[in-house]
Amino acid sequence: MEQSGDFQMQDGAAGLDTSGPTFGERFLRRLRKNRLAGIASVFVFLVAIMAIVAPFITPYSPTDQNLLRRLEPPSDEHWLGTDQLGRDILTRIAYGARVSLMIGLLGATGGMLCGVTLGTLSGFFGGTFDHLVMRVIDVMMSFPGILLAILIVSVLGPGTSNLIVALTIWFIPTFARISRGNVLSLKEMDFVESARSLGASNSRIMVQHVLLNIMSPIIVYMTLSVATSILTAAGMGFLGLGVQPPTAEWGIMISQGRQYLRDAPHLIMMPGAAIFITVLSINVVGDALRDVLDPKLKT
Amino acid sequence: MSTYIGRRILQLVPTLLGISVIVFVLINLTPGDPAVLMLGEFATPSEVERLRGLMGLDDPLHVRYFRWIGGIVTGDWGQSYQDRRLVLPALVSRMPATMELVIASMLISAGIGTIVGVLSAVYQDTWLDNVVRAGSFLGISMPNFWVGIMLILLLALHLRLLPASGRNGLANLVMPAIALGTSGMAVITRITRSTMLEVIRMDYIRTARAKGLYERTVIYKHALKPALTSVLTVIGLQLGFRLGGSVIIETVFAWPGLGRFAYLRMMQRDYPMIMGNLLIFAGLFCLVNLIVDLLYAVVDPRVRYS
Repeated sequence: MEQSGDFQMQDGAAGLDTSGPTFGERFLRRLRKNRLAGIASVFVFLVAIMAIVAPFITPYSPTDQNLLRRLEPPSDEHWLGTDQLGRDILTRIAYGARVSLMIGLLGATGGMLCGVTLGTLSGFFGGTFDHLVMRVIDVMMSFPGILLAILIVSVLGPGTSNLIVALTIWFIPTFARISRGNVLSLKEMDFVESARSLGASNSRIMVQHVLLNIMSPIIVYMTLSVATSILTAAGMGFLGLGVQPPTAEWGIMISQGRQYLRDAPHLIMMPGAAIFITVLSINVVGDALRDVLDPKLKT
Repeated sequence: MSTYIGRRILQLVPTLLGISVIVFVLINLTPGDPAVLMLGEFATPSEVERLRGLMGLDDPLHVRYFRWIGGIVTGDWGQSYQDRRLVLPALVSRMPATMELVIASMLISAGIGTIVGVLSAVYQDTWLDNVVRAGSFLGISMPNFWVGIMLILLLALHLRLLPASGRNGLANLVMPAIALGTSGMAVITRITRSTMLEVIRMDYIRTARAKGLYERTVIYKHALKPALTSVLTVIGLQLGFRLGGSVIIETVFAWPGLGRFAYLRMMQRDYPMIMGNLLIFAGLFCLVNLIVDLLYAVVDPRVRYS
């Protein structure tokens, strides 16, 4: 409800009719029109459910080994087969969904919170602070993101929390740039000027009038960042710089399965397909979300 | 134009200095004593202390930074902690492999991405457009290392068409270049399509059609050139991302380039090599952005530099 109000305020700022459909209604309408986005939303929901109820999906543990049943192809007992240590692949994929979604969400959220805060303050106050922040952002953006993440993880040491920190730092510059750009154009608008002349404080103007009105591109980029985080986490896991074994993680599963590529390709195919379907679904939903929230960016 | 190029090159200096500060500080915050790393865990404390003194590790951080950056400027990039090799020659010898891979992947990404994006826009809402849009979604959603392994499985292990790893000729380049270029191709396709859709709805295109020009002339001569400005920006960004992506892809295909070298040296905590490697990556990234900026004027005559 609160969110729909925000977008009504945005419309109001532009002097348009505010009695239109809410964001939720527009998004659902879009999903009904775009069948692919509807299917993708269901997939994202299913992956989230799989992550939550992972312990109840199969009777197996993600870490218990059964060397007598190693490298088995998919069967009635093990739907997606077993890995090189006899562990059930479906179970490990379900537990891996927990890790991947958690890293994806926390990495993107961390980047969003820090980046939007920096970008909003920078755009709103301008001056030396803005100049300083933007130069640091420029420097960070002139460095390939994955290398920055690898560097940070190699400094802090591999592990889930350090990977989340690395992803957060990776996403800060883009969120800061997006929010600063929007704040710069918004702060000159009449409704902000009106609020100021009515005696609203800087913090009130920033939170209530500026921040809430720049959320559309932020939400869109946030969705895409979750997908990027999942792909990066898998890549880092693959390199041994992310989540550490024996934790079930999709990138680690692919890395460990590589040695058995010829004899048991399902060790690679299954976790790879899990990453692919999850990221694809999030990207499709993000695309539909963008069409609703920020049609100017439509590709 | 030359003044502009000179100014842009000068603007790279503070950016590269900023990057050097970040890299140096982060690496030096890493736990672990470089002297111990060089001497091994069985070294006596006095030996470690002596080496620390020789390496200047007891000096304050800013003193060490200025010494290091001074060395970078004068061509003395330091020595490896692991095998005592000189950093600069070791990195330069690996550059051609990475450049070869990145350029090949970009030729695939930009070449196919642009052509397919244009076709998709021209034939909007046909089966071709739908296939291209679906394909570009698939392309941006697949992890590149997984694409690489799947290519090895299919083309090297099953069909035996291509070698699985190494760098011994053009055949070795095919799979890593495709794996590295897939997501870039998808992004370039999407941007080309959307930009072309915008351009072909413009008045001057309608005028060109009304004058009776061939559709092919309208699309390729009048529409594509202005659309290329946006596409070029994305190609430049993608080239930078490919540099980063080379770390994983070179590892998958045992490609002897800078990416794999950076990864291996990070595993060994070989800090002088890592710092030099990262500086080279950042320098290449900045250089690519500069070249893209300069190319704007080539594809769009309205862009003038002063």
